[in-house]
Amino acid sequence: MKVGVLVFPGSNCDHDCQHVFGDVLGQSVEMIWHKETLLSGLDAIVIPGGFSYGDYLRTGAIARFSPVMGAVKEFASNGGLVLGICNGFQILLEAGLLPGAMLRNRSLHFVCKDVYVRVENAATPFTGSCTPGQVLKIPIAHAEGNYYTDPVTLAGLQANAQVIFRYCTPDGRVAAEANPNGSIDNIAGILNAEGNVLGMMPHPERCAEERLGNEDGRLVFMSMLDSLKKRPLKMVGTG
Amino acid sequence: MKAKVHVTLKQGILDPQGKAIEHALDSLGFKNAANVRVGKYMELDVNETDKAKAEAQIRQMCEKLLANTIIEEYRYELV
Repeated sequence: MKVGVLVFPGSNCDHDCQHVFGDVLGQSVEMIWHKETLLSGLDAIVIPGGFSYGDYLRTGAIARFSPVMGAVKEFASNGGLVLGICNGFQILLEAGLLPGAMLRNRSLHFVCKDVYVRVENAATPFTGSCTPGQVLKIPIAHAEGNYYTDPVTLAGLQANAQVIFRYCTPDGRVAAEANPNGSIDNIAGILNAEGNVLGMMPHPERCAEERLGNEDGRLVFMSMLDSLKKRPLKMVGTG
Repeated sequence: MKAKVHVTLKQGILDPQGKAIEHALDSLGFKNAANVRVGKYMELDVNETDKAKAEAQIRQMCEKLLANTIIEEYRYELV
């Protein structure tokens, strides 16, 4: 499997993603500078966390107009797997590849800590290695993770099982006290309607190997590898 | 022409910064202050003499980039 990791000015989790896919999982990884316009031979794209373009104007608002994003849209529309983590999720929202928008955390604080999320749908390319309802401990690190969408869109996401991760207590209860940022419906991650683009605020790449004391995040990446193995055709991307 | 653009969160969308400022005003004794909303102010020159054309361009800029219309609303003046 060949994974492309996008690099914007201000990305800072790009090398963590490269490390997990390359060193931990033994896959081939290509770092893709945001000025690239052609993506070829990739099976999946990761949009990593960070502060692309210094979060100027709004998080992800400038990055979405980067040259590479046109190619990412085409890759996604051809069914390619796209995973956006934290700032990557924010970029996917601004780009319109996922519905909704991010508001400032309700507390106004930058929150950096382990949280618990419940896997609400384990029948996706990003969660296939999880069990339905499984609770994962994954760290968050953001100031704008307060997911918002209008009630009609929210009802659609819920009805189509596109809400993939919800903040919960360690024993799996989705409760207000387990919501670290004020996100509507405790949403921590959503999938597009076609099922190939996932955005999530928690950082699975920060907890994907034993030496870090937590391997829960690895399940997201293992799910992607498994799902790609089962695909009949190799995604060729664009160009 | 110079455009002055104001972007704020839509009514009904929680503005945590506005709330924090409101509490601070309250604790300073400004008991009449309510409904504080924080926004962005942007100024730009539009190389256009026709007001209608300039307005159309500003509107496009707001819709495409300056505001995220899912959560924000915008208004502008041309001078």
